[in-house]
Amino acid sequence: MNIVVCAKIVPVSSVTIQIDPGTRRMIRKDVSQELDPQAAKAVEEALRLAERHGGSVTVVVMGGEDATVGIRSALAMGASAAIHLSDPALAGSDALGTSKALAAAIRRAPFDLVLCATESSDSYTGLVPGQLAQLLGIPPLTFATALTVDGNTVTIKRQSEGGYDTVSAELPALVTVTTGINEPRYPTLKGIMGAKKKEIRKYTAADLGLGPGDVGASGAREHVLTVGRPPARPPGKTIRDEGDGGKQIADFLAGLKLV
Amino acid sequence: MADLIWVYAEIVDGKISRATLELLGKAAELGTAEAVLLGPGPDDAVTTLSRHGASKVYRSDDPVYRDHLTLPAVETIATLIAAHHPTVMLFASSYGGRDVAAALSARLDCDVGDLAVKDGAIVATIPALGGSYQNTTTLTGPGPKLVLVRPKAFEIKPGAASATVEDVPAPRDTALRRIRVLERVTTEREGPQLEDSRVIVSGGRGLKGPERFAMLQELAQLLGGAVGATRAAVDAAWVPYALQIGQTGKTVKPDLYVACGISGAIQHLAGMKGSKTIVAINTDADAPIFQVADLGVVGDVFKVIPQLIEELKKRKRA
Repeated sequence: MNIVVCAKIVPVSSVTIQIDPGTRRMIRKDVSQELDPQAAKAVEEALRLAERHGGSVTVVVMGGEDATVGIRSALAMGASAAIHLSDPALAGSDALGTSKALAAAIRRAPFDLVLCATESSDSYTGLVPGQLAQLLGIPPLTFATALTVDGNTVTIKRQSEGGYDTVSAELPALVTVTTGINEPRYPTLKGIMGAKKKEIRKYTAADLGLGPGDVGASGAREHVLTVGRPPARPPGKTIRDEGDGGKQIADFLAGLKLV
Repeated sequence: MADLIWVYAEIVDGKISRATLELLGKAAELGTAEAVLLGPGPDDAVTTLSRHGASKVYRSDDPVYRDHLTLPAVETIATLIAAHHPTVMLFASSYGGRDVAAALSARLDCDVGDLAVKDGAIVATIPALGGSYQNTTTLTGPGPKLVLVRPKAFEIKPGAASATVEDVPAPRDTALRRIRVLERVTTEREGPQLEDSRVIVSGGRGLKGPERFAMLQELAQLLGGAVGATRAAVDAAWVPYALQIGQTGKTVKPDLYVACGISGAIQHLAGMKGSKTIVAINTDADAPIFQVADLGVVGDVFKVIPQLIEELKKRKRA
């Protein structure tokens, strides 16, 4: 089974991300990048499937040069190969531009299953997987909390408002995984060493047959006009519990007639 | 001529979803509101949509939409859009809404954004980076603008309109039935639902395990509210996903939010900082939750909460 994982490389979660007021984009320069923890779950799920059923796991990443470290961690976890869509012409793409680039790259080789995180942990739009499935002409199975492949059929438990649905489709298909689906493995030392020898294939927009009308800032139809801070809440009161914290809360609630 | 604003009407647990009604109110304010309702729904579905602002409902109760999820809906809506050219189509940022909007945007090569429409123009104010920024965004280019709206962004506005209904044919193409729903499981949910609750008592990593949620349940009961949780608590499988509040969970705006052992990651704050009054208890004085709390108590939740519970019981008896 040929499994493709679309992964995003994001600023490490410990840093507070800033937005550049000029370009209105996230400042990624000089900020450490890592494999998105959400995407790591998709990588993990792909590795488990490949271990059970055989096959390859190819990670596809769109991002600048600094994405390499994150790509290496996916390879260190055990992915067989990586594709890196790296080109200044791709910078500033909106969700649909990103999907077009990923689809063009994925189409270049045979695939059975495409795995994505439900959404990235930096921008959270969650649009790319649905667009990608449509562009690839394969059914999207989304919000998977569990995933099995039996023969040519993929079945997931799909998160729903009130519980879950069991949903299936024939391969090839695309599946998005939720954060609770697994606990990603840590790369072993052997994995980290091995990752250095694995191939990272690079494509530019032109390699993929994509022009300025499709991708990059020029292809984007979603435009950020202004960037600001939300109105702050009026400051509250913080007290240290001196043995009567619970009573103080009760008094506070009573004062607001909430009890 | 008023702009034609369409709303993708969703049926959740056998009812028109609350988010659908929120969108209709906004759509009616912006222009002529029309709804697209696909799949078997309650008998009074059209009346409900009409009373909340829809002047027309495109309707098919074919089970194909329920049993095969996204693809048949995408096909039908794409056909309807080509025939009627709405200016904007609004989708709730729900499981179903997001899937349909994303697929449509790729199919129609048109715009989609995780946005909220504001003041007549397709300029939206959206929280970015988990709510630490607030951006305004616009959509350009040809074709309809597809807009995904987070729940609770708009108020429900009941009206008295009477909608016309246009029946639409369901697609018969078997390729659109590639996704099959085999089973639907509803997990038991006790007590008031999070979204509708006026009081929410919520727990995070600081509770250290699933057992302590019983304590929150007791407090919630005393306050007449429901229990919620952070993603950390849900990912650790202490409580079910249905309780998750935050960017990837539910958005809530209760009168009172009691955050217990919650540090206040922006992912969580995004889902609850619209609460009217916030009370937080956490051992770490530097926890970001204290920046949004009206009353913060730096202390041990295992001491403070039981005392609060005792105190509330005492006052109830008095």
